[in-house]
Amino acid sequence: METDTAFIIDVVFWIIAVCTIFSAIAVVFLRDVFRSALFLVVTFIGVAGMFLLLRAEFLAMVQILLYVGAIAVLILFAVVLTRDVEQGSPFNGYIAPALVISGLILAGVIFVIINTDWNMTSGEIGSEELTFAFSETNIVGNIAELLIKKYVLAFEAVSIVLLGAVIGALAIVRRR
Amino acid sequence: MTEILILRSGFDFNGIYGFFDEFMPDSLDWLVFLITSLILAIVIINAVVLSTALLTWFERRLLGRFQSRLGPNRWGPFGLLQPIADLVSLLTKEDTIPEGADKPIFTLAPIVFLAPALIVFSVIPLHGGSFLGNLNVGLIFVIAITSINTLAVFMAGWSSLNKYAMFGAMRAVAMLISYEIPMGITVVAVALVAQTLGLSDVVLAQDIPYILVMPLAFLVFITAASAEMSRTPFDLIESDSELGAGYHTEYSGAKFALLQLTEFMAPIIVAALVTTLFLSGWRGYGPIPGPVWFVIKTFIVLFGFVWIRASWPRLRVDQIMGLAWKGLLPLSIINLFVVAIEVFIFNPGENGLSTTDLWIMTGVNWGVTIIAIFAIFNLLGQSKSERPVPVISPLANMYANTNTVKKITDLAEAE
Repeated sequence: METDTAFIIDVVFWIIAVCTIFSAIAVVFLRDVFRSALFLVVTFIGVAGMFLLLRAEFLAMVQILLYVGAIAVLILFAVVLTRDVEQGSPFNGYIAPALVISGLILAGVIFVIINTDWNMTSGEIGSEELTFAFSETNIVGNIAELLIKKYVLAFEAVSIVLLGAVIGALAIVRRR
Repeated sequence: MTEILILRSGFDFNGIYGFFDEFMPDSLDWLVFLITSLILAIVIINAVVLSTALLTWFERRLLGRFQSRLGPNRWGPFGLLQPIADLVSLLTKEDTIPEGADKPIFTLAPIVFLAPALIVFSVIPLHGGSFLGNLNVGLIFVIAITSINTLAVFMAGWSSLNKYAMFGAMRAVAMLISYEIPMGITVVAVALVAQTLGLSDVVLAQDIPYILVMPLAFLVFITAASAEMSRTPFDLIESDSELGAGYHTEYSGAKFALLQLTEFMAPIIVAALVTTLFLSGWRGYGPIPGPVWFVIKTFIVLFGFVWIRASWPRLRVDQIMGLAWKGLLPLSIINLFVVAIEVFIFNPGENGLSTTDLWIMTGVNWGVTIIAIFAIFNLLGQSKSERPVPVISPLANMYANTNTVKKITDLAEAE
């Protein structure tokens, strides 16, 4: 079964990729902010599908749990509190700075993509040895090791940023 | 329930795929995939919808017993055909979309609401494995997929262009997000003790049912889950005395039927999940096969849910949020903390915790549970929490003695 699913995986990849990119474009170009937030959810789910295709089930589930279940709902909450949701996303005078920032981000992503060693494992997606290698790997354990041991400083820094955000929100509310 | 008949060993994705793969040529693999998925989808949808129809009848009859009345008993033997009559009545109603509503989102909301419920059912292990085989991240899968429901409630409330629907949706989102946190933390504790994230492996690890090993986790999970499916003690998101019908105020016809179907499906899914996580799933004693044990346990949990619904009044908004953040969250963290220390001390190897370890944990955890619950709820007791000053309704006291009104006002001021 494992060897002849490569074609299906290809088809599924293209379906997910087109859906994700289409909805990502819709997020930017739709005027109705509520709808563009919903398309953002579709994008998140598409990314989760990509993780599934890469055999990272845990990451896919965390993606859905955090981004679709929590962050998207918070975004919708914020969207509902804005004025004039239906016409709320007009083009404005910030095109030039937006272009510069997104250009910088794009350059960074391209730099990372080019400099990553992609040939960690030989063999095609769906090949038997790769399936075996994946089934033997404890993905959750590996991620936990990396987070708690190697990247523990960055991990804790992120937590402190979140804590700061919470305290800041409380401070803003209290001042009134 | 229909699950017993269809479930034999091998009735999962790989089994059906293998069956068709034998006589189909290799070039038609995509067709085999499609057929397998379709068969699984049809089986799951029919099984779940049928069980849901039965559950609506069961719940209404049982509520009748609890309230000293008969319940639906006219249509069919014991009123068993009542769900079908309800369905026909719902489907023949006009399907209205309010003027000015956001039509695509309004139509999509019931579908987004229903889909996660059905998907979750495909990974619950009824006997050894689930319909999709053995998922190695089943625990997180269930929590993640059910969290999509919040989105659907929000879509329904927003697109209806109705203030009561919007209020209901806002309350729903606030409540669902709050209760997801204690639920997630208890599930982490279960994963810690079982040393795995797969639902079938959790069942296999339960030499002692986890309801005995972690009573605190069980209580928190049951409470948080009844809030997640917004049943009566927690049903203020559609409290009919304040909000009309909450987020589905504007829905009618087939869309309303879908929303109701999902709401009645939720207890089945939660009961099946509780059975898997805390009541050792399909494992039982004697010659009775596993799926029967599973259905019996699920049934007992469902009975408990109906009992809770019949016994408790609805909570206020502030009480609900208070219970989640001040009551359940500390309890779930205490549970996780204690369990983590115990697992660290016993240090299970490849084979997981032994039965002796589990019995020791049981003893310790029952003590911790009783102390923790007493401590938390004495801190949060009725006398300590601020109660709003009661407002006297002019209608309610139209014929009342003026002295009584004065007394109540004085009491309110004194407080």
